[in-house]
Amino acid sequence: MARHVVATAGEIPVGGKKVVNPAGREICVFNVNGEHYALINRCPHEGAALSYGPVVGCFESKRPGEYALTRHGEMLRCPWHGWEFDIKTGQSWCHPESVKARTYKVEVVAGSHLAKGPFVAETVQVTVDGEYIVVEV
Amino acid sequence: MTIPMPGAIDCDIHPALPDTRTLMPYLDDYWRAHFQMRGLDRDNYDAAAFPANAPINARPDWKPAKGKAGADFQMLKTQALDGFGLKYAICNVLHGAQAIFSEDLSAAFCRAINDWVAKEWLDRDPRLRASIVVPMHSPELAAREIERCAVDARFVQVLVWEMQEIPLGRRQHWPIYRVAEQLDLPIGIHAGSSYRHPPTNLGWPSYYLEDYASWSTGFAGVLNSLISEGVFVEFPRLKVVLMESGVTWLPAWMWRANKTWRGVRAEVPWLEKSPADYAREHVRLTAQPFDSPPNAAMTRKIVEQIDCEDMLLFSTDYPHWHYDGGDALPDGLPDHLIQKILVDNAMKTYPRLKDRA
Repeated sequence: MARHVVATAGEIPVGGKKVVNPAGREICVFNVNGEHYALINRCPHEGAALSYGPVVGCFESKRPGEYALTRHGEMLRCPWHGWEFDIKTGQSWCHPESVKARTYKVEVVAGSHLAKGPFVAETVQVTVDGEYIVVEV
Repeated sequence: MTIPMPGAIDCDIHPALPDTRTLMPYLDDYWRAHFQMRGLDRDNYDAAAFPANAPINARPDWKPAKGKAGADFQMLKTQALDGFGLKYAICNVLHGAQAIFSEDLSAAFCRAINDWVAKEWLDRDPRLRASIVVPMHSPELAAREIERCAVDARFVQVLVWEMQEIPLGRRQHWPIYRVAEQLDLPIGIHAGSSYRHPPTNLGWPSYYLEDYASWSTGFAGVLNSLISEGVFVEFPRLKVVLMESGVTWLPAWMWRANKTWRGVRAEVPWLEKSPADYAREHVRLTAQPFDSPPNAAMTRKIVEQIDCEDMLLFSTDYPHWHYDGGDALPDGLPDHLIQKILVDNAMKTYPRLKDRA
């Protein structure tokens, strides 16, 4: 496992996402209400790039005819077949036990801390007074 | 194959009402006079879905010399109750009463049929049970009729046509489901249509072959409607029994419904599990006709694909013609499933059978 600097903090707006390629692996980093999460950019169903899917809320209901939109911005809908995934856990709504998108650990780390290493920064220029998004792959 | 033991529960037999005049003693004064005034007693209101001369609707050896197949109690007793060694048989009277446009006339007709069944059939043999016929297009009157009949524990189910004015899942039917659930009555959904719409998705068919063979797609639509509208979420104890629906279309429906649900489940957010899983919990099917594949190995495969041992219920579908002799079960069923199909599944589906068991 290595820690890869993939973006500057603030680069991904709330509700936004960025596709990154640490260690040759395509990963999509999300900013969910200020917290960052990372999923493999490949739907576990048929392989679509999840980054093309809309970020949505969770459509819930206690009984027919009652509707609630909850967990705003925490779900991703696959662009191909509409399967919904929990961005925080990678779990699919329909088959949470068996169909899961791989998740990666994401942290926001101060540049001064990164300077102590070890880390890999292929594309992001790191300065000691900046803050950076680091994915562990 | 023949059934390997006596004591089976037959979930679909069809006593026939000989003619409308037979009902006259079962109508109240007002409706008796109304029938006579309009000459309604001179017409039989046979269900258009079951034309008497269609070979499928009367097995030759089950057809009396005179009159309708299923109208003769002694024949039904000898051929079905005794012939198959049945413990119980559930009478489903297929009649045009449930399709009459006037809600009040339909309700009066249904009341008379239910009282006639109780008197002329249930009273004559302790093995007989019956479904309550209701004016489904009038939920209030239907619910009232269910409550009236349910006092008699020999009524074990509510009978409705597969194809109605509107799909069966729609909320206007829910008063019927509410009272049925409360009274431990499954909703028995029988093949056929009230012909408010073409019985195929394409329009009106030219031939009986098209009509009858298309009904299995109607049943798929029934399941799509009941599940999508959330009937089983609102009524978690409700069971529905698809009767004369055929069986082997079911796995393909499960795969298609599940696949579609995974992609669009957000539009029906009350569903907490897949359509197939709702079906496995709430839907039962009578096993005649089975629509058997060419060999027993294929039948066994389809039973595996259904992946639920609780869903199939034994039926002879007397006097309809789907098989010959005593071969009321398809070949290829695993041995351990046969007892469930013949007895156990019906006992779990129809709580009212226990009341007198």
